[in-house]
Amino acid sequence: MPDAPGLELIAQEINDSHPGAVTETALEHGRATLVVNPGKVTDVLRWLRDTEEQRYTFMSSLHAADYLPATPRFAVHYELISRERMERLNVKALVADPAAGNGAGGELPEIDSCVELYPTADFQEREAYDMFGIRFRGHPDLRRILMPEDYEGWPQRRDFPVGGEEVLFTHNEIDTPRWFE
Amino acid sequence: MEVERRKLGRVPAPWEQPKTGEELRAKQIRAREMLRGDLTDEELEAYVERSVFTTTLEKGLNWARANSIFPATFGLACCAIEMMSMVTARADLARFGAEALRASPRQADLLILSGRVSIKMAPVVRRLYDQMLEPKWVIAMGACSSSGGMFANYAVVQGADKFMPVDIHVPGCPPRPEAVLHGFNKLQRMIQGQPDLGWRQRYNASGTEEWARLEPGTPSPEAIEAAARAVEPTPAAEEATDA
Amino acid sequence: MAGDALRDEQYDRLLTERGMRAEVEDPMAALVRAGAEIEQGPPDVEGDLEPEQELMTINMGPHHPATHGVLRLIVTLRGEQVLDLKPVVGYVHTGIEKNCETKSYWKVIPYVERMDYLAYFFNMEAFCGCVERLLEIEIPERAKYLRVIHMELNRLHSHLVWLGTSCIDLGAISMFWYCFRERDAVLDLFEMSSGQRMHTRYFQVGGVAEDIPVGFERKLREFIELMPSRLDQYEALLDRNEIFLRRTKDVGIVSRERLLELGVTGPLLRAAGEPWDLRKADSYLAYGDFDFKIPVGTVGDNYDRYRVRLAEMRESVRIIEQALDGLPTGPWIADERKVVLPPREELATSMEALIHHFKLVTEGFRVPPGELYYSIEGPRGELGCFVVADGSAKPARVHVRDPSFANLQAFRDMAVGGYVADLITSLAMLDPILGGIDR
Repeated sequence: MPDAPGLELIAQEINDSHPGAVTETALEHGRATLVVNPGKVTDVLRWLRDTEEQRYTFMSSLHAADYLPATPRFAVHYELISRERMERLNVKALVADPAAGNGAGGELPEIDSCVELYPTADFQEREAYDMFGIRFRGHPDLRRILMPEDYEGWPQRRDFPVGGEEVLFTHNEIDTPRWFE
Repeated sequence: MEVERRKLGRVPAPWEQPKTGEELRAKQIRAREMLRGDLTDEELEAYVERSVFTTTLEKGLNWARANSIFPATFGLACCAIEMMSMVTARADLARFGAEALRASPRQADLLILSGRVSIKMAPVVRRLYDQMLEPKWVIAMGACSSSGGMFANYAVVQGADKFMPVDIHVPGCPPRPEAVLHGFNKLQRMIQGQPDLGWRQRYNASGTEEWARLEPGTPSPEAIEAAARAVEPTPAAEEATDA
Repeated sequence: MAGDALRDEQYDRLLTERGMRAEVEDPMAALVRAGAEIEQGPPDVEGDLEPEQELMTINMGPHHPATHGVLRLIVTLRGEQVLDLKPVVGYVHTGIEKNCETKSYWKVIPYVERMDYLAYFFNMEAFCGCVERLLEIEIPERAKYLRVIHMELNRLHSHLVWLGTSCIDLGAISMFWYCFRERDAVLDLFEMSSGQRMHTRYFQVGGVAEDIPVGFERKLREFIELMPSRLDQYEALLDRNEIFLRRTKDVGIVSRERLLELGVTGPLLRAAGEPWDLRKADSYLAYGDFDFKIPVGTVGDNYDRYRVRLAEMRESVRIIEQALDGLPTGPWIADERKVVLPPREELATSMEALIHHFKLVTEGFRVPPGELYYSIEGPRGELGCFVVADGSAKPARVHVRDPSFANLQAFRDMAVGGYVADLITSLAMLDPILGGIDR
């Protein structure tokens, strides 16, 4: 992973070509993170992939996280590797939830899809959509991948209940409804 | 302390008894007379008793069914790997007659639900079960198909019992192949009409099952008695301790 | 290999001596000479679609003997030729990642273990390694070596199951029995060290849960003496088997660049010629101490994938041998009282140890806020674990980057344009594990 000055340099160069793209850099536990503006994420990724000194051509993983109650609520992480130099870089796009405060249902957070840049993001963006409800603009086939097609709800959001049912012990045996009732 | 060693007396089985020369000769003569039609009534009856056994058709059919089960190759998750190793040489399922695993549900008798049943898969499993022809049995292998296992969440059906009848539950995560074989043997005994009810049979405790209560929320009279007996010592025991 | 050439020579000489050398002609050449119009290989996909030819869309799975788990494939066929392929996954989605958010870190380990259910030690290492880096604790050398030993044994186990089940798909059912015989030997070793055959939960945050028992080293040495000859036997059965060659050679080729674009890692990528292995590139645990090679293929067809995995099995045996020879003595788990249980002797004498034990068992250790992505080389490729810690005893987000999930995206490229039988072969050589794909 690039060291601290290297990371600052990358952030600077990106901000030179796409102003306002990188809002923050972080370097913790040996991992370099560029926090970017969600509207500019494809520009940043294209710059990182195509610039000669950077060449982060391999996307290791694309995953989302829900930081409720922090705002902005969602973040989409892009783990990139430059295989020639064996360096990892993480790009983190913080996406706000437009339906905040409106309860369940409502608009979905949106971000641009990077499938043209990294075709590996196909299934991974579908998973982020399925689990968190983050819509990826420009994805060729954005539909649920892990849950049944007609499932309602975004399971891995923090405010979605875990589900399952109460385990039957002797202390709650009488009250718990059984399968034959 | 003196140790006395004694051989336990036991009636030897008919095949363990020593065969003398006269016995074999007598058998030969009897067989020859049988073929000629020369045996008298009692001798004929004795002969028939010795060489023919009768049973009901049902028992015979059940014996055949139990010893030639065709399991369906149905693996869902991790338990499928242990099911595969149950089929292989070390814990051999073939010695119980279940060598031919059929891929098609139409040809299979036994569905071994090996793995977690997710909500997307549940209708598929139900459809497979419906496509099987009677008589059919289901073994829920592992904790996940028996009761949802460790996954008490939105995505896993908490026990295949919820949507299909299950005959044998085998606990474990994943159960050892020997454990599934034990479950398989129990299934065989169940098919043959001698279900092994476990501790309820040994301790004569029928009526303590969940569904044997009179109404939901009320324990059955047997359960009340059993609970009472457990809490208070019986008078006989009290007397014994006093004396 | 040298032995093969010798055998070939001896065989040739034997045939010539005994006058048994018949000119066996390639049956295809004979037919072509007879005037049959034979298309070499499947027809061109971009050819015009004649109006009387219909496209048939069939559904393979989720219950299918050849789909290696509950994978559903919606296949569009023109005759026997595959035109389009859509994999539908999610039939064993277990919501593991969601469940992990409700459990303390120790309890997450069995959950994460059950994702890629043939690579359970790798799942554990990805998660435990991530948490150890978040906690910034160092694990002792013995624990590193023990982890490497168990992980390489697990790689052997995974490849053996892969080989057995793939050969069933191709019809070589004998291989199934042989591979599972070796697999039982590996599982016996796991049972010795941890008590369970599969899903052993042997790795603990800070090291391994327990030291290996007394007979383990001896039994492991017997196993690694036995294994190379067994691998020779597998290769003797399959390597130059005509049916196997016909079915796997030049089938399912995807170019290296396309695989890299699709995020494919592991033996699939190495078979296409790219020497990318995280054990060498981004060395973790004790892999830097060992001398092993990365097998790399040339063409990237199914035969290369088979050869790469077989060669990987040999390298795994070498790694285990080296690890066993150099196994250091010492503690098998780190000494951090806030994270690792104190040794039981201390509980009788030290009050602090008792309190630590109590806190660790009831609440669990707390991880300072932070997030980290840590990846290792699993048997199918890059297995990564992303953990977000919020300072409490439960993780806020656990996500596992499963290799099969990315590898499945390459399946379409492998199968389209070939026949259905080639689809089955490609799926077998792809080695998908649906538990990891669906999580």
